[in-house]
Amino acid sequence: MKRTLQILALVIALGGGVTWAVTGANRAWTKTEVQIKTLDEVTGIEGITYHKKFQPGVDFLGAAFGGAALLASASFFFRKPKTNQPNQ
Amino acid sequence: MKLTHIIPLLTLTTAVYAAPQSFDFKDPKGVNNAVFKLDAPLESINGSASGISGNVSFDAENPGATTGKVVVAAESLTVPNPMQKEHLHSANWLDVAKYPEITFEAKSLANVKTTDNVTTADATGIFTLHGVSKEITVPIKLTYLKGKLSSRVPKLEGDLLVIRGNFVINRNDFNIQKGQSEDKVSPTIDLSLSIAGASPTK
Repeated sequence: MKRTLQILALVIALGGGVTWAVTGANRAWTKTEVQIKTLDEVTGIEGITYHKKFQPGVDFLGAAFGGAALLASASFFFRKPKTNQPNQ
Repeated sequence: MKLTHIIPLLTLTTAVYAAPQSFDFKDPKGVNNAVFKLDAPLESINGSASGISGNVSFDAENPGATTGKVVVAAESLTVPNPMQKEHLHSANWLDVAKYPEITFEAKSLANVKTTDNVTTADATGIFTLHGVSKEITVPIKLTYLKGKLSSRVPKLEGDLLVIRGNFVINRNDFNIQKGQSEDKVSPTIDLSLSIAGASPTK
């Protein structure tokens, strides 16, 4: 159990960090939509539309590391399984 | 009366009685927008609203007489972060269920300057937000695009009027979290309006 929690913590921390990095390392809040600006050539107005796109931010990264830290801490409450000593 | 006297008289009469045009700001192309920005510690909160409607009366011969009302549907205010959007619409902030409209009703223009088809002026009117109405003055730019409606909406002849305006309001003036959370969200809100209205010819 101890080992399982530690591996899970590592997977969550690495998974969160890698996801955050490959999606643009957004140092602001998580976004689920991004603005797309298009120019209306007749009026010169920049129209704004929103496109659904998940862009994890520092809150996502914090949650991933926080969750990983919690699991890693919880693992210390479990003892290592006893191994049988060979008879002498 | 001689014909040479009648023609200038007719021209003058036509000019005096030239009716201002009514421009409808319900944009079928959905380009019209109001952009807002509030400073916050991690990043500024940038959003926009697209639910714009309203009517403006504009006379190309006398742009200084422009009046009208622009309405923004509060429900259409959007920010890219879903939690921020939920807070923005909630009863603690804009309370869009109770106050569904944000409006500006222009009563008069001052400092009117016109060059070709572009007029700049200071529009004074009543701005209503979160159920609170205040008189404010907004610098605006009007661009009259004669005969350009068909370029945007095929098979529809007429004119376009583009209005742009940038101004700053204080949320405390409109009882939006008055005196609260100022360390998290700036009390000042930068607003920017870019809208085009259509006046089809009959």
